[in-house]
Amino acid sequence: MTDQTAPTRATRPSSFNDEAAKKRLRKRNAAERRFKFYGMAAIGVALAFLVLFVFSIGSQALTAFSHHKIKFDLPLTAETVAPEGVGDTAAIAENVSGFYQLVRENLAERFPEAAADGRERELNDLVTRLAVLPMARATAENPGRIGETFAYSAALSDDLDLYLKGAVAPETRFKSGPVTDVMRTLQNGEKRIVLRGDGAFDRIVSEQAALRSGEGGTILLQSETSIARLIDSSPDGVSVELLTGDLAGFDGPRADVRVIPLAEDARNVTDRQIAWTLALKEDGRLSRGINWALLSNADSTFPEIAGVLAAIVGSLFTMLITAMIAIPIGISAAIYLEEYAPKNRVTDLIEVNINNLAAVPSIVFGLLGAAVFLNFLALPRSAPLVGGLVLGLLTLPTVIIASRAALRSVPPSIRSAALGVGASKTQTVLHHVLPLAAPGIMTGAIIGMARALGETAPLLLIGMVAFVAEVPSGPTDEATALPVLIFKWSTGAERAWEPNTAAAIVVLLTFMVLMNALAVFVRRRFERRW
Amino acid sequence: MGRDMLQSIGHLPMVWMAFAVLAATGCLAFVAGRSAAMGFTAAGTGPLNSQPNYHGYYTAMCAVVPAAIILLGYGLFGGGIARGLLTGELPSGFADFSPIQLEQYLDRVRDASQLDAAAYSGAQLFSAVTERYLTLSGGVKLSALLAALLAAAGGFAYARSRLAGSFRARAQVERGVEIMLFLCAAIAIATTLGIVASLFFESLRFFAQIPVLGFLFGTEWNAQTNADFGAVPLFFGTFIISLIAMCVAAPIGLYAAIYLSEYAGPGVRAWVKPVLEVLAGIPTVVYGFFAILVVAPFVREGALWLNALPFIPDEFLAASSTNALAAGLVMGVMIIPFVSSLSDDVINAVPQSLRDGAYAMGATKSETVKQVIMPAALPGVIAALLLAVSRAIGETMIVVMAAGLRPQITADPTAEITTITVQIVSLLTGDSEFDSPKTLSAFALGFVLFLMTLVFNLIALRVVQKYREKYD
Repeated sequence: MTDQTAPTRATRPSSFNDEAAKKRLRKRNAAERRFKFYGMAAIGVALAFLVLFVFSIGSQALTAFSHHKIKFDLPLTAETVAPEGVGDTAAIAENVSGFYQLVRENLAERFPEAAADGRERELNDLVTRLAVLPMARATAENPGRIGETFAYSAALSDDLDLYLKGAVAPETRFKSGPVTDVMRTLQNGEKRIVLRGDGAFDRIVSEQAALRSGEGGTILLQSETSIARLIDSSPDGVSVELLTGDLAGFDGPRADVRVIPLAEDARNVTDRQIAWTLALKEDGRLSRGINWALLSNADSTFPEIAGVLAAIVGSLFTMLITAMIAIPIGISAAIYLEEYAPKNRVTDLIEVNINNLAAVPSIVFGLLGAAVFLNFLALPRSAPLVGGLVLGLLTLPTVIIASRAALRSVPPSIRSAALGVGASKTQTVLHHVLPLAAPGIMTGAIIGMARALGETAPLLLIGMVAFVAEVPSGPTDEATALPVLIFKWSTGAERAWEPNTAAAIVVLLTFMVLMNALAVFVRRRFERRW
Repeated sequence: MGRDMLQSIGHLPMVWMAFAVLAATGCLAFVAGRSAAMGFTAAGTGPLNSQPNYHGYYTAMCAVVPAAIILLGYGLFGGGIARGLLTGELPSGFADFSPIQLEQYLDRVRDASQLDAAAYSGAQLFSAVTERYLTLSGGVKLSALLAALLAAAGGFAYARSRLAGSFRARAQVERGVEIMLFLCAAIAIATTLGIVASLFFESLRFFAQIPVLGFLFGTEWNAQTNADFGAVPLFFGTFIISLIAMCVAAPIGLYAAIYLSEYAGPGVRAWVKPVLEVLAGIPTVVYGFFAILVVAPFVREGALWLNALPFIPDEFLAASSTNALAAGLVMGVMIIPFVSSLSDDVINAVPQSLRDGAYAMGATKSETVKQVIMPAALPGVIAALLLAVSRAIGETMIVVMAAGLRPQITADPTAEITTITVQIVSLLTGDSEFDSPKTLSAFALGFVLFLMTLVFNLIALRVVQKYREKYD
């Protein structure tokens, strides 16, 4: 041995201080730093994603949690509101057209120019027909109000609401110079209104030039409740078209100018609708408030009056059934496997099977539900009962695995002690082991339920995507669940569904966070470490 | 008179009735059994083998179990029986109805029968059928309840006849409890059997109409029109999206796990680990929304920008608004915690002595990780990656929302692409009839999906288990 190592030692530089060794060391240290940096970068990417996620969903949801409403003072005349007679409350509650007529008349009275131009539909679109339903129901509950004036706030149409929240186009606003002269002229055979003012419109001229070279757009001039649309501009005067209000309003003061850099055809709100909305705002009839309807309404085809209540109740029924299936059966199965099962091939099979079942894709459980519960057992489609059964089977392995871990953590001395004083096997387990394992079991069960709450795919396959406008009253009613509602809203064509979806997501995540917090609380408060 | 009574029974909510019957018989049997046992002590025939309560439990068990079985049977098949009886009695005019029309008609009848009599006063025939259905289902309900009561009485009589001072009631009750616990554990097996059976038999029906080879190797998929059932584009889409997802999740998850277990101090670990777990707790439908809200438009913009570059041909990238890349990226983020937490476990299971040995040789931390820990942990890491792949293959909502519906084989990651799970959802949502190849193909796809994930899971679970035993 020594003969062989001696020559090697002689040929190899033994110094750790020469240049080559230092270079190697620097290289190795650089590799070390790089490696550590990769690790930090990986975690950084994951955390950055989470931040981006929270920010993008949160900012969308914030838009949906407030909305605009128009205040109305509507005289409830018996012939419009209750054509079937004041006594027939059921007919009053369903008389949406009658109540909507009141709203329409009110708007037409405020903006007579709409009827003159044949633009009633455009005006009526400020408020969705179904938005008067709560008023109809309130009147039906208290028919004594008929004949009185009803102060009612109806949700503004979703597109205009988005416009006011600045989500339609990045609008620029500024004030023009003082208008000195308003006159009507005839230009190229067309009646025109021209505003004049010394150097008042310089910025408007440049903005309009910018719009024309870009993708088009509208410039609105507002003076209190009078609103006009710009047609043409030159430094000494602008010609406009009056959309609402009267011309006299423009004489004297500086006009508020809004530049909307999106052509009228490219958006869902017309210039006139914007003008009317702004005029209502100037009237003080438009207010922005918390969108309680989002929480207290059932689903609707109109985003401004759609809410998550029915889906929450549907999810609640589904979770009830899920809990009734997964928790008792899961705990019993865990007790059997952990405390009773002899070590043989059957129990081995059950064990492998449970571990595997926990990793089966959730959509496969949906197929099971469709084939067995719907087709074979003919249970009702779209019902929380079936949804709960499917999710119960899906959650079962999770509960079993968590419960087994909790049972396993109870020290054997407890069992020996109980058996030693003459308890039977069942008494040992039920009276001593199970109570000690209960906190761990409950924690696992709650976390499993929280996960089931977010499951979507299996529910789609058993038909819980049906449109449900009524709050379900039992587990066999047609219903939808919160995550399915999120899916459905996210596929909605109108822009306003986007913030609504984000808001529904916030509601769902709130429930999940609460459940997880409860699980953490149970663990911290009750769990014993041995 | 009998008919009216049957109809009013038809209205009763059966679940509560069943609970009432079971609870009442159980309580009665318990009290009777217990007092019988008390009677034995009073008669002075020597000490009881078991406490009186156990005699009560025993009689209650014997009475409730057979009744519960009968009521469960009613719950599963009762509606079907009433329906079958009604179908047999329908006037001959209904012979023209197709099976689906008949089903829908009967569904309407069933729904109407839940309402008050005033609510279904529509067409004369319809209300007559509804009333008849109510009578029939009332009859079925009544007979189920009576049979349950009879069975309970029989069970009780049997139990009562066995009670005696020397009767080992406790042992019997505990035997019953054990059987019940075993049945609960067997439900897990029953679920797997149910999944396999339902997928298998529906697939058989599908393959009776469509050749297996055409399904597995065909490249045209037009299931919505019942035309082509070549599933290769779907397999391809699933593969591409899982590949993209793993390209994101594997490096990030592994490096995160290595950093957390080898470099991070306990403080960082205590914070970062739960935050990473949050990623696993977010529902997939939320990830899907994030994908269409943020990632898909971003990918599209990027692809359009690339297309506009001078040296790239126009429309080189499809730049579709739903695309494989967006779905894959977001899915990758979703499975990061699966990779990282499983790998973390495996890396931590590598004995400290291996690390100490490497450090003693003068290795840096990264050299230790690369040359000692990773080779030792490799099987476990591979298992973690396999589990992650199985997760990616079976993931549904992200791809449904962000990947699209167009079956095509393309290497362009910005093109619309579809997967097995997307097709299952799109084929089975809406009204589905269970005999068209369109619906059945969803089950065939589900069967393929189940087998694929099963293989991955079994290998992975095997490896994890073996590996744990080695170092424990």
